[in-house]
Amino acid sequence: MQTGLTPTQTLSLIALMNKLVPGDDLSPAAGDSGGAEYVNMLLTAFDYDPPHIWAGGPFSGRHGGAASFENWLELGPWEILAWKSRIEDLNNQYHAGLDSLGPELAEISDEFRELVFTHACEALYGDPVYGGNREMSGWLAIDYRGDSQPKGYTDQEVSAP
Amino acid sequence: MMLGAVDGVDADAIIIGSGPGGAAVAHSLTQAGWSVILLEKGRNHLLSLQAPFAPLGHFSNDEIKFTQRHFLGPDPILEPRTFRRSLADGDRLLTGEVNNLPSTLGGGGVHADGKLPRFREIDFALRSELGPVEGADIADWPVSYADLEPYYAEAEQLVGVAGEETNPFAAWRSGPFPMPPGADMFGAQISSAAAERAGLHPYRAPTGVNSVEYQGRPACNNCGFCAFYGCPIEAKGDPVGMLRAALETGRCQIIPSAYATEITTDPARTRATGVRYLDLSVAPNAQGDAAVRELRAHHLVLAGGAFETPRLLLRNELGNSSGRVGQHLMFHFQTLVVGAFRERLWGASRGRSVTHLHDDHIDGDSASRAAAQAAGLPWIRGGIVEHGSSTGPVNEALLQGAGPHHPLAMRNSELRERLWVFTMQGEDLSQQSNCVDLDPTVRDAWGFAAGRVTYQPHQHELVTSNHVAPILEGVLRDAGAVWTAGSTSPPVGDHAGASPMGLAPASYHIMGTAKMGFDPLNSVVDPTSRLWDLPNVIIADSSVFPTSTGYGPTLTLVALATRAARLLTGNPLRQSQPT
Repeated sequence: MQTGLTPTQTLSLIALMNKLVPGDDLSPAAGDSGGAEYVNMLLTAFDYDPPHIWAGGPFSGRHGGAASFENWLELGPWEILAWKSRIEDLNNQYHAGLDSLGPELAEISDEFRELVFTHACEALYGDPVYGGNREMSGWLAIDYRGDSQPKGYTDQEVSAP
Repeated sequence: MMLGAVDGVDADAIIIGSGPGGAAVAHSLTQAGWSVILLEKGRNHLLSLQAPFAPLGHFSNDEIKFTQRHFLGPDPILEPRTFRRSLADGDRLLTGEVNNLPSTLGGGGVHADGKLPRFREIDFALRSELGPVEGADIADWPVSYADLEPYYAEAEQLVGVAGEETNPFAAWRSGPFPMPPGADMFGAQISSAAAERAGLHPYRAPTGVNSVEYQGRPACNNCGFCAFYGCPIEAKGDPVGMLRAALETGRCQIIPSAYATEITTDPARTRATGVRYLDLSVAPNAQGDAAVRELRAHHLVLAGGAFETPRLLLRNELGNSSGRVGQHLMFHFQTLVVGAFRERLWGASRGRSVTHLHDDHIDGDSASRAAAQAAGLPWIRGGIVEHGSSTGPVNEALLQGAGPHHPLAMRNSELRERLWVFTMQGEDLSQQSNCVDLDPTVRDAWGFAAGRVTYQPHQHELVTSNHVAPILEGVLRDAGAVWTAGSTSPPVGDHAGASPMGLAPASYHIMGTAKMGFDPLNSVVDPTSRLWDLPNVIIADSSVFPTSTGYGPTLTLVALATRAARLLTGNPLRQSQPT
């Protein structure tokens, strides 16, 4: 089974994500912000040890503390089976869906559209450790700081921001 | 090596489930000198099981891991559940995630944002105080608030509850909250002021989140990732405090990834002798099967929650001489009213998830009594209303939908930073037909029948929701909302066929499937939480609730679990007095 995306499939996915979650003058489009990298990291999660499914913790290092998000967490043996099954299914869906895309990106099933849209949202607004949200461009566009530990916020920032 | 391997047993007690109830029992029994083995079906992401039992550091501010990738389990590929509204839906309406409380060490306590109110005197005597409702099973509890008050006080100390005595509807207390309340959310101040203008009585929520350093755990630093997330700094009073204290006695062994499948008994099936479980920490064998282990104990404690506990009993055909195991399933019927504001409320990114509540719709007023009468009901009762925030940006983006509007909609953030939400956890009347049972064909990864929910609300819940929702919309408009909208979970009426929250109840407050009572003919456990049929088995979760009340169940289930454990060891607390 092929895992991950070919260069052609990657270009198609970027275009499709940019159509579903487009950008404008102030916000990046999902594809341009690393959306395909996000999907590819998930589709090839088991090429890494530990698999790139669950980022580590407790801190990213962006707000103090030792950076540990890239210390990916181990899966249990049954979790490995479940995620291998899920990712095999995702690979099949992506390969079939992207290979059948027409030039206007119109040849798309509702199911595949929903899958790509979900991953576009995860990519653009999830933590950059998962491959998307390039240089935190998705968060910056919506004025979102993302994680805040271990600094957090003061009581004043919560009650009277 | 097992603990207490004497008298042919591995421990004095085996506890199945490590959520707030199981953790409370582990704490209480070990403090009394008993040895316990605690089995948890899910993984351990909570704390090292070696002294000094430090945090594992797996929890983080990570929306992908916690909301999109089943980190706290259960994974629906391994453990599907099914749902139907009634027999008319056939064997099932959907298969997958149904009320999936976390399956992980610490259970539901890990993901909860820890609103921990007590019930009130009337909640334990609803039948006596208000009388029956046609089509529902309104029962008095076999314990009173006075019976439970000392255990409430102990539970608040064990978990660490921050709060203040300003709720005019609250029951009496024997002492103050262990901690003062934490920081008020900006949006909650606005919604509370409007609620007061409407004649309501908002108050700072009792919350199991540290407002100051407490028992070696730090104060909350308001990171904004509370509900649905494990706390990276252990500021949440989830079961970690009780589990760590139990481990520190040297009399508690915790076994994660241990799926209890069989309760072993004596030949007459009148006493439990132990448990067989699947060891999910090791890979399956060549045939794809999990390793089977067996433990023996003098006592067994079921604390898997109101979904998994009846599933285990039904699978083993135990404890069910009344025929009531799995029946009388209750959720809280959720009425959700949202308001969009022009100003940024910061609720989705700073502080805890909910800092204020109001209780006014529980007892109601002349208008609610008129609404009940108009509907032909003797009475209606709502529930606590949570003044809270919404969700993270990934989930907001999914709600905003695809298309050219998306980038501007996300910057405006009407569904996140400018949204305020009232969630009423409405009392759900007990109905015998609402149940958890075993799906006839869907199986989990190990070949056991999936749990199936059959549930539809009583007219009471619909009438109450219809009465309260416009009041809440009015409060939000007065607070400054430019638009408001209401919905329910489960969806009903014109929206019954579709909801972004799903067709099954979204509430994680699951209760009543092994209810407590005076009469073994119509209840599953006795007033001390022992199974009528197997007296050396106690249930220590919200299965035992005879009614749902309109309050979150966690503190009450911890209090009941502590009481059951203390009665088991002959060490009950003395009756308390108001201060």
